[in-house]
Amino acid sequence: MTSTPETPSPAVDTGSAARPSGTAVVVGGNRIPFAKAGGHYAGASNLDMLTAVLDGLVARLGLAGETIGEVRAGAVLNHSKDFNLAREAVLGTALAPTTSAVTIQRACATSIEAAWDLANKITLGQISSGIAGGADSTSDAPIVVSERLRGILLKLNRARSVPDRLKLVGQLRPADLAPVAPNVNEPRTGLSMGEHQALTNLRWQVTREAQDAIALASHTHLAQAWEEGLFDDLVTPFRGLTRDAALRADTTAEALAKLRTVFGNDHPDPTMTAGNSTPLSDGAAAVLLASPQWAAEHGLPALARVVDAEAAAVDFVHGEEGLLMGGAYAVPRLLARQGLALEDIDLVEIHEAFAGVVAATTAAWADETFAAEKLGLPALGTLDPARLNVAGSSLAAGHPFAATGARIVATLATLLAGRKAALVAEGGSPDTPVRGLISVCAAGGQAVAMLLEA
Amino acid sequence: MPTSSLPAPLRGLTKQLNRTITQALGLTEAVTLRRTDPASVDQPLTAGPVLVIGSGPDADAVAHQLHEWHLDVRRNLAAPTQQRWGAVVVVLTDLEAPGQEAERVLALGGTLRELARSARVVTISRAVADGDAPALAAARGGVAGLVRSLGKELRQGATANGIELGADVAVTDPATIGTLRFLLSARSAFVDGQLLPVTAAAQAPADWTRPLTGTVAVVTGAARGIGAETVRVLARDGAHVLGVDVPAAGESLAAVMNEVGGVALQLDITAPDAGARILERVARGPFQGRLDVLVHNAGILRDKLLANMKPEQWESVIAVNLAAQVAITTAVAQAHPGLVQISLASTSGIAGNRGQTNYGFSKSGVIGATQAWAPVLAAGGGRANAVAPGFIETEMTASIPLAQREISRRVSSLGQGGKPVDVAEAVAFLASPQAGGINGAVLRVCGQNLVGR
Repeated sequence: MTSTPETPSPAVDTGSAARPSGTAVVVGGNRIPFAKAGGHYAGASNLDMLTAVLDGLVARLGLAGETIGEVRAGAVLNHSKDFNLAREAVLGTALAPTTSAVTIQRACATSIEAAWDLANKITLGQISSGIAGGADSTSDAPIVVSERLRGILLKLNRARSVPDRLKLVGQLRPADLAPVAPNVNEPRTGLSMGEHQALTNLRWQVTREAQDAIALASHTHLAQAWEEGLFDDLVTPFRGLTRDAALRADTTAEALAKLRTVFGNDHPDPTMTAGNSTPLSDGAAAVLLASPQWAAEHGLPALARVVDAEAAAVDFVHGEEGLLMGGAYAVPRLLARQGLALEDIDLVEIHEAFAGVVAATTAAWADETFAAEKLGLPALGTLDPARLNVAGSSLAAGHPFAATGARIVATLATLLAGRKAALVAEGGSPDTPVRGLISVCAAGGQAVAMLLEA
Repeated sequence: MPTSSLPAPLRGLTKQLNRTITQALGLTEAVTLRRTDPASVDQPLTAGPVLVIGSGPDADAVAHQLHEWHLDVRRNLAAPTQQRWGAVVVVLTDLEAPGQEAERVLALGGTLRELARSARVVTISRAVADGDAPALAAARGGVAGLVRSLGKELRQGATANGIELGADVAVTDPATIGTLRFLLSARSAFVDGQLLPVTAAAQAPADWTRPLTGTVAVVTGAARGIGAETVRVLARDGAHVLGVDVPAAGESLAAVMNEVGGVALQLDITAPDAGARILERVARGPFQGRLDVLVHNAGILRDKLLANMKPEQWESVIAVNLAAQVAITTAVAQAHPGLVQISLASTSGIAGNRGQTNYGFSKSGVIGATQAWAPVLAAGGGRANAVAPGFIETEMTASIPLAQREISRRVSSLGQGGKPVDVAEAVAFLASPQAGGINGAVLRVCGQNLVGR
């Protein structure tokens, strides 16, 4: 081994001074009002919606012509034509064409995953700003053709002569032309999400009343948030729709109680209705994250800091756990790592894929046996309902799969910043943290939890 | 009437009908007006050479200034020119008694057959002041009638306007030459038969083609129509714009603001905290706490004969068009005492309009508020003026029944409706530093509509 003289460091500054402070903050968000499947946005593609939502964010924050560090976005129901979706969307916006973009997917946790990725890159000083987003259209869902038709079409494309082509066309049968109905059933169980949740509800003894109460609160809270103007700074209308189409401001416990059940009807006493299950929706959402320096340089607020995040996956295939119970694992692990208890959290956002998810997840958090056996941790305890989904959530707003995470991150950060400002205005210490927790369940037995702090 | 929407065989017929009506009523045939080319602002400034009529130091100073703008300036009517006159400036500041104007006015008359399309006739005179001797007041007062009558004689998109100088304002002050430049340029395409009072000194901009460079402007009702066009013209002139409109109009607001690199604020201006939210938005973001110009453009129509008017129809129009403006300026002017405010009034607020008692109240109220704000804002270095559009081709006026709409277009000296950009240009001028000598005024952008003053 020969000793070599120390070489001078390269031109790239790797010193910590050049890096941001190691913090990522939520700066602002935008979404379009969520529509019902086949409704206002029936003619809009994922690309249309993602482009619109980015443009709305750019206008709100005055970012026209800016190069953003990275746009990270995706959709769950992907068309093959939407190759490079995020970058194509960027090219259609007022952002600088030098903004790079990545298309990603983690089912319903797509855009919270994107926000997590960007927060990490910002924290590492690799980028100083990034937009996480997601769009999903259940109206404009890709249609799959039968395997036989697909095989023939591919051969037809390669055929050189007219007789060859005629021969191939002659092989087609009427039945081959029927499209394969798109569905979001779990491929490994063949069960829909609703049927999976019905099983979970049975296991956790979630009642119809509990689910309907969660649904009612979602509508009431969302309607109130609209009235209070919370969404003036979070939503930009699209194609004539100015409010979430699924929202029923005037719904009542009686109206919800009258609905017939749609999932779990094979079980005794089914409890799941269209009222306590999220509707199929079309929509898009985006959220801007940045280093505190970038935000300050642009004169933009740091609404809340991204503290940490945790993902979980459960074995629903072998019936070990409910499909949408990932949040019951991700959240306790996240809080344990941060040394926090549930009472340290001011606001909790649990994505309501179904009202049963919220009921079962919070029941699991409080369950000593579950905590000991499945997590090896002490139970979190009972969640105060006054801290849960205070501005409404997916049941009332709708749930365009990939858009949901970005919707929740932006809304929660705005709520936390408001609470913090009120706290300071009332003479509280600016050092007192106001914390928010997010749990988003996703297909495939997955979930992502995130902790924000203002 | 725009004929492009009609089937081809009807177009010729409509044209003929228009011509017959025009001739029978002695109205003006509409021509395409000369407007600012955003790619080449104020180049050329006028449609041809400029003749300055008058002698003495004021006329000399005006001619000198026009030379500085690289215009082809002539002092001698007899000198041969290859082109028709782009503008004729008549300097009348030295009038002391009736009769002294005759030579100059008649010289002007000799040029009228040689005017270019969209030519400009601009008089510069002194306003009648308290204590003027009757003969002086008579001579000065006469100019307004001359300008207004001449406006009705001119054809081919030509306009006549005047500048009335206050006692303390020199012809060489940027306030005077800035106003003259606006009236000469394509920016004033639909301003006709107007007399602009210049009562104080002003600053010349560093760059006449981008006079708002570095300023921050707030425009309400920015999502469409006159508001959207105002955003574009203010941005073209160098301003950084915060566009405000109701949340329901957010989609088009975002498009307009992204187009000019501005910021969109979705806000109902009738909200009690509207002023505070505007202040909060300019405090952060790219504006860095600056706010120079506030354009009160947002307005609604709820037309109904008063006998049939529901309370909601009266109250909502007054709330949006008038009360919100007063509340917002009250909040904003405290934080930005040098505020330059431009409010959108209307010729309906001046002359009145059947079925618009609510709208007329609100727009007349805007003029009242403007005159009240003028001294208040002037104390802080700012000013308040109003722009009163006549018939402008917008989504709003497109809803007026066809016959009534056509009449509204034809009863102006220019024989047509204006475009939103014409109003926007007037707003941008009043926002600019060279308009600093104009305060408490109402600038009509109406093609010299027959109604009102």
